[in-house]
Amino acid sequence: MELARLPIRRIGLRLAEGIDSTLLVLMLALSMLGFLALFSASYDTPSRVVSQAVNLAVALAAMWLVAQVPPQTMMRFAVPAYLIGLAFLVAVALFGDVVNGARRWLHVGVTRFQPSEMMKLALPLMLAWYFHKHETSLKLRNFGVAAMLLIIPLGLIARQPDLGTAALVGAAGFYVIFFAGLSWKVLGTLTGLGLAALPVAWGFLHSYQRKRVLTLLDPTTDPLGAGYHINGTQAHLEFIPERHTDFIFAVFSEEFGLVGNLVLVALYMLLIARGLVIAANAATVFARLLAGAISLMFFTYAFVNMGMVSGILPVVGVPLPFLSYGGTALLTLFIGAGILMSVHRYRKLVQT
Amino acid sequence: MRGSEIRNSEQELHQFQARVGVAGVAVLVAFGLLAARFLWLQVLQHDVYRAKAEDNRISIVPVTPNRGLIVDRNGVVVARNYSGYTLEIFPRRVRNLERTIDELTEYVDITTRDRVRFRKLLQETRNAENLPIKNRLSDEEVAKFAANRFRFEGVEIKARLFRQYPFGDVGSHALGYLGRINTQDQTKLEDDGVGANYRGTDYIGKAGIEATYEAELHGTTGFEQVEIDAAGRGIRTLSRTASQPGNNVTLTLDMRLQQVAEIAFGERRGALVAIDPASGGILALVSKPGFDPNLFVDGIDPTYWAELNGSIDKPLNNRAISGLYPPGSTIKPYLALAALETGKRTTRATIFDPGYFDFGGRRFRDDKKGGHGTVDMYKSIVESCDTYYYHLANDLGIDAIARFLGPFGFGSRSGIDLAGEFTGVLPSPEWKQKRFKRPADQKWFPGETISIGIGQGYHSYTPLQLAQAMAMLASAGHIYKARLVAHIDHPRNGERREMPAEVLHTVTLKRDNVEFIKRAMAGVNKEGTGARAFAGVTYAVGGKTGTAQVIAMKQGEKYEEAKVAERHRDHSLFIAFAPLESPRIALAVIVENGGFGARAAAPLARTVLDYFMLGKVPAGMEQPTPEDDAASDEEIESD
Repeated sequence: MELARLPIRRIGLRLAEGIDSTLLVLMLALSMLGFLALFSASYDTPSRVVSQAVNLAVALAAMWLVAQVPPQTMMRFAVPAYLIGLAFLVAVALFGDVVNGARRWLHVGVTRFQPSEMMKLALPLMLAWYFHKHETSLKLRNFGVAAMLLIIPLGLIARQPDLGTAALVGAAGFYVIFFAGLSWKVLGTLTGLGLAALPVAWGFLHSYQRKRVLTLLDPTTDPLGAGYHINGTQAHLEFIPERHTDFIFAVFSEEFGLVGNLVLVALYMLLIARGLVIAANAATVFARLLAGAISLMFFTYAFVNMGMVSGILPVVGVPLPFLSYGGTALLTLFIGAGILMSVHRYRKLVQT
Repeated sequence: MRGSEIRNSEQELHQFQARVGVAGVAVLVAFGLLAARFLWLQVLQHDVYRAKAEDNRISIVPVTPNRGLIVDRNGVVVARNYSGYTLEIFPRRVRNLERTIDELTEYVDITTRDRVRFRKLLQETRNAENLPIKNRLSDEEVAKFAANRFRFEGVEIKARLFRQYPFGDVGSHALGYLGRINTQDQTKLEDDGVGANYRGTDYIGKAGIEATYEAELHGTTGFEQVEIDAAGRGIRTLSRTASQPGNNVTLTLDMRLQQVAEIAFGERRGALVAIDPASGGILALVSKPGFDPNLFVDGIDPTYWAELNGSIDKPLNNRAISGLYPPGSTIKPYLALAALETGKRTTRATIFDPGYFDFGGRRFRDDKKGGHGTVDMYKSIVESCDTYYYHLANDLGIDAIARFLGPFGFGSRSGIDLAGEFTGVLPSPEWKQKRFKRPADQKWFPGETISIGIGQGYHSYTPLQLAQAMAMLASAGHIYKARLVAHIDHPRNGERREMPAEVLHTVTLKRDNVEFIKRAMAGVNKEGTGARAFAGVTYAVGGKTGTAQVIAMKQGEKYEEAKVAERHRDHSLFIAFAPLESPRIALAVIVENGGFGARAAAPLARTVLDYFMLGKVPAGMEQPTPEDDAASDEEIESD
């Protein structure tokens, strides 16, 4: 018995190696809440629940694999991942499929995926690598280069058009630059410039995008149209589009009420806090910048999505982390978590 | 060097941790904001959103009532309902109308005409929820569309009731037609406080009985509480208040008689009104040319509408109540009666007619060259002697004529239950003074009285007024308010409301005088101007021919040159009643540009009277039946 059990235990230990239990428990808790909401939203299509379970299994496996990879090895992937991501984005612009009016999808063999999703990790990876390389002699010029590395993919995504993903990718890149120590002065100036540029940006928006923003400012202009989220929500009766994906929070709120929402927010806070702690204790510049950016990325996802559904932000296509239906987003999040775990595992290694 | 590097690195780490702290605070603040928002929405604003959510979920859906039927005096259905499927578009829920319609043609046969009509509807009714793109879908089309419904947001199939007039254009001016409720109608309904009762109703009576008795025919709209999804599609019914069908209206009209009269008119223009003198009910009300009211039901095709409106024949005008014609010689029996009643003439008094009458330096001619010779009152009516009436009018004077003719309904409204009745003109010095502005025009000249004697001059009456006067004479003393509806019945409990016969005018006439005039009018058909038309007649019938000059065309009418001559011809008139004792019918016929009264109008009257008195069906009308009498539907459940 002892002998028979031993290998299983050893396999179990090996599997658990490098897995941060706090992160894992939090993520699984969130995923379970997601399943409950999905079950409610999919009363008419139960197959979605099964397919989401498969997505979760794949994502968990990916997380485990990534968690085994030391940050030093990850650094080697930074530049190729970034370049491949860029290449895909260009390919989408040229040959992508149009779904719901936007060109975001790329066919790869049997399946199709959104390259912009890949950029969510590839960009912070690249920037973290870049700052790590110039760690000792960080000048304003370096921040300029970093900004360029950020703007190129951002522009490609924004013109798909996909404002939600562009915002997320941009935020992820910005977090790296922020953590790398861009001076408050420059930050302040940039914020000022950004605010000044808003009217210009307005001109570049599509009419549906403008309508969404205007509706946010005055929801009564279009009670059942562009501002579909702001009025009384009736998730079951098709009042809300995309109720399995971006608007799953509406379903969740209807099912679990205020207490459920506060629990959800608390879970996200714990997750982000754990991520930031890991970042603060990271061994290298690369690791800490990456970990910090990923943690705040979780925050951005959660805040933008819940803010949009509750009507304090305009409607953008951002999924609710761990809850929204969809394999790609889940995969990105779990890989991100895997990176955090890896950073945590190798925190004690002396920098070489 | 190394030491500073380490310090640098430590400093860097310190800076990083500070920034992590800043980020943590930012996260806290942001989530705090969210939590506050949740608290606001889910607790403080709970009631507001709850109400909104209920609105979203439950919709009050009107249940349109069945419109009441219209039947003629013998119970023959002349307006009924049938149910059919329509394909309806909710314009506000459709992004690209043209493309959606294009895509629909794959499943449903949508013609260019349908599209034109839809566009017109869209323009006319701006705030309509839904508009039909295609009416009367076939079962196959319904099935095809239903299978592809998910592809068409904002397009739905609805079961609707359609109005149908089985007799087509027969009696169209009396029945009127239904049309879609337009913005004006909507405003009026709201003003009348019945807007709510018309929710779910698309059609309203626009003309004729359908318009006058709209309130009776419409019924009471019911309501259903329905749980709906965001697309507005009903999921299940929560509660239901049934609709009350509209009342059935029974006409005084005899549809077969109407049909006989219309067939007798053929392609000719004109009007005929037949009245039951005993009750005042209208037996037939013809205005030719007519129109097919069925064409209005779907929302009329713009080209056909333009055709109807633009035609010089004015088919939409109800000539029977709004056509104004000089009475011509049909006025003579009334003037003769006036002379008897006022004592200005005896029946035996004669004049000598040389063929003209000189007055004030002007010569008024008789129709008959060389004149009628010695003429007494009987002969003056039978032969329609003009000179006799030039004298008579001069002796009576315009004031006495106007005073006597007034109670016969000449120049005053009959109060018929149809919209658009004209008043006409009973000439008198007072009328002239009011009518004209320039003092020079206001004065009445004695010479004008002379032509009044033969029904020319300022006289102008509707065919209905001529028929009413005939009824008054025939029934010796009173006329009723003209009406087309006999009674109104509740469709469920059979409760009946009779439409009262209201006396409009009463005159006390000497029985002998009336009998004399009636005898003279019988003479017209036996030995006078109507003898030819009434040759071999087996019932007692009185009549009088009339010919009205078409002196000038009405303003604003442009005739094609070729047609001008035809349209300059005289109008042909005939008034009649039968039988002589206790008459059952009194009528007036006018055939526009028909020439002498004896030629066009009298034979037409004969045909109508032969049917009414003897049941004789004229040639050209085998069996007076509507196209399909089979599917008469009393009660249709609609939703």
